[in-house]
Amino acid sequence: MEIVMSILAGILFMTGVYNLLQKQLLRIVIGTALISHGAHLFILTMGELKRGAPPILTDGIEQYTDPLPQALILTSIVISFGVTSLLLVLAYRASKLNGTDNMEQLRGNDYE
Amino acid sequence: MLLAVLLPFIIAIFIPLLSRWKHNLHTGFFVTAVPVVIFIYFIRFIGQGFEPVEREYSWIPSLDMNILLYLDGLSLLFVLLISGIGSLVAFYSIYYLHKSEQLGHFYVYFLLFMGSMLGVVLSDNVFVLYTFWEFTSLSSFLLIGFWNHREGSRYGALKSMLITVFGGLSLLGGLVYLSVITGTSSIQEIMSQRELVLNHEFFPLILGLILLGAFTKSAQFPFHIWLPDAMEAPTPVSAYLHSATMVKAGIFLVARFFPMLSVSEWFFIIVSTVGIFTLCWGSYMAVRQTDLKAILAFSTISQLGMIMAMLGFGTELAIFAAAFHILNHATFKGSLFMVAGIVDHETGSRDIRRLGGLMTFLPITATLALVASFSMAGVPLPFLNGFYSKELFFQSVYELDLSVTGIIAFLQSIFPYLAVFGSIFTFVYSMYFFFGTFRGQGRIEKLPKKPHEAPIGMLVSPLLLVVGVIVIGLIPDLINKPFVEHAASAIGGADISKDIYFWHGIKPPFIMSITVVVFGTILFLVRPKWASVYKIVPGILSLNKFYDGLVARTERYSTVITDGYMNGSLGRYMRLILVAIMLVTFSVMIYTGGFTVDTGNLSDIRVHELLIALVMVIAAFGTIVAKNRIAAILILGVVGYGLAMLFVVYRAPDLALTQLIIETVTVGLFLLVFYHLPKLKKTSESPFTKTMNVIISAGFGLLMTMVAISAHSSKLFDSMSSYFVDNSYELGGGDNIVNVILVDFRGLDTLFEIAVLGIAAMAVFSLIRLREKKKEE
Repeated sequence: MEIVMSILAGILFMTGVYNLLQKQLLRIVIGTALISHGAHLFILTMGELKRGAPPILTDGIEQYTDPLPQALILTSIVISFGVTSLLLVLAYRASKLNGTDNMEQLRGNDYE
Repeated sequence: MLLAVLLPFIIAIFIPLLSRWKHNLHTGFFVTAVPVVIFIYFIRFIGQGFEPVEREYSWIPSLDMNILLYLDGLSLLFVLLISGIGSLVAFYSIYYLHKSEQLGHFYVYFLLFMGSMLGVVLSDNVFVLYTFWEFTSLSSFLLIGFWNHREGSRYGALKSMLITVFGGLSLLGGLVYLSVITGTSSIQEIMSQRELVLNHEFFPLILGLILLGAFTKSAQFPFHIWLPDAMEAPTPVSAYLHSATMVKAGIFLVARFFPMLSVSEWFFIIVSTVGIFTLCWGSYMAVRQTDLKAILAFSTISQLGMIMAMLGFGTELAIFAAAFHILNHATFKGSLFMVAGIVDHETGSRDIRRLGGLMTFLPITATLALVASFSMAGVPLPFLNGFYSKELFFQSVYELDLSVTGIIAFLQSIFPYLAVFGSIFTFVYSMYFFFGTFRGQGRIEKLPKKPHEAPIGMLVSPLLLVVGVIVIGLIPDLINKPFVEHAASAIGGADISKDIYFWHGIKPPFIMSITVVVFGTILFLVRPKWASVYKIVPGILSLNKFYDGLVARTERYSTVITDGYMNGSLGRYMRLILVAIMLVTFSVMIYTGGFTVDTGNLSDIRVHELLIALVMVIAAFGTIVAKNRIAAILILGVVGYGLAMLFVVYRAPDLALTQLIIETVTVGLFLLVFYHLPKLKKTSESPFTKTMNVIISAGFGLLMTMVAISAHSSKLFDSMSSYFVDNSYELGGGDNIVNVILVDFRGLDTLFEIAVLGIAAMAVFSLIRLREKKKEE
């Protein structure tokens, strides 16, 4: 299953990067969201999948899944949420201010 | 001795204060005292029984970088030149520079230069030497650009800076090699281990780097081009830096490392060829100039070439002649520059085509010019020191050992002819300088000023130098045994003793001198007839054009390159970054054989997991193909919820909860924002960019998959998570291990994650508030 999940993470990265290379701001934000999903799946896969119970101490269970990647992903989810929301507001402001959300038109004054 | 080196720097600090009173007393009077004191301090070392003096002062002992001062005959020669001519130039500049000039700036640069030049010649530590070396480049740059409102000054200053700093950095490379190979940074100790250096495989490189530094500083062909442009400096500066001191720093360097470098036959080939060629080229070009200072600049180039060539010959006689000529050249060239300054000052013009017939107006100046220029030409008269050293030069070039074979033998056989050829032109431009300025039909009435004799203060310095020329000429023994011999012995590394005679009898060197005089006179008299030759030769070999083209091309191509990839398109930068990541990671993986698949330790594949994965894949591609904004956002939500499902399946309840909530909030945010964003339009990208995007993203996805698989397949040790499982309750007091890790074992992560959220919230808030404020305005 780990191989399938690795491929899935790769596909998330792939679609994320493709979105990131587009010109519209919204697509770029979607791309970053996809990439962070891919990264979270990647971290989870790096721990071992499904070897034991959920990591909540229960009597009579010896084997738990690896709790450390879960803690890392939890931190990462929150941070990427903060970044995504900031990016969204930035995209919103930038397109309002400049009247366009096309990245090729959003350049410094030198290029106009 | 350290105080002598530091004195100019210390005084320089106080110059701005002193120059406040410049309207009462010219700042130059204070400054003149400095070199005079230094000169008096060092003159007492002169004497037959001179022994080298060494002093050590601590600077950076841990790096073996201490201020080692070493005064031997060679340093003494230079120290006395620097302080002696420095005094005269400082005194001369009092009358040359008007009080309305920025005297404070001038004298600060001047003292800075003097101190660093003293540092160069007295340093025994290679790094201290280099430090002072660059200080001379810097202060020379400031002095050349003294009249910085002039275009020519700025151009000349920049040119000299670029060329000498290029050489200085090469020199640093050579010195670093030397100190690494020998394990010491003291020049004396490096020289004592010269066998080690000579047999080292990097010796040719060291030789090349050091010679590059010396040739650029001493204006040897083809690096001489900065010197004529440095004539934009005030004349005292030209007299001091660009005739007597700084341009001899390269000579000093070659002389300092002579005992080591001269063992190599390449030293002979390179140094003497470059020197002789510079001699010929400089003297040939000097005849062409029309500006007095330009004539002297090319003359300096040519004389430096002559000294360099003598060092290249490396025979005892040649070394002795070189040391002698360093002294002689400083005396007559310094006085000639001052004469040119006087002519400029008193007539308002330095253009030799407008001058002429000044003999009757400037009789004293003319006499000084006569003696100095005849000395420069090497006219055989017993009171001209230039003749003695030229004679010694001819003798040394004539007596080169002809027993060798190969290229050296060839060079040795042509050198005498080249030496005579160059000296003929030296004779021509010396005569041209004197007769063109002071004799002939002048058009006095057309000059900007009515000429009259210079003030006495201006004449003192050149007069003293010309007296020096005559005294050395009449009684060479006065300075021979107590002074020049020590310098020559210090260069050669062995005792060198020669006698200086005026009359040798009719021998080849004398015949060469006579040839020079005869042909020189003829060529000078018929000069107008062949002057048109110059239209052909320098036009083809213009090194200035090459330099200007090089500078312009460097600027243009670097602009082209920068503009080529920095076009402001973020998409392009993104592509470059991703391609770089892929190139590096893929090649490392292939090179180290890093891609491995280990199927031994995998969990089973179940259908419902596959289904979730399939849905996510379809949704992920859906975000690309979706034409509609809402569709794209919702499909992205599908991916997020799919991930939450996977978290459920893979037994991560906290993650699943967080993912669900955050995905919901994010989708909500997207929906809030999308309303204000322009509609998704069809991308108007070229097929090439589209293909590139597909290739890059596919490659990146593949890369991440490969990295994931091979990382999973090669686990080197067990996870440390058993510690958390074992101690979660005992140490953390909680059953939920993930939560205990977050707030207890690794609570710091959580703290800053909270900070990130807080900052993001504040940023969002201020972005929106800012807009509102703008609206209000």
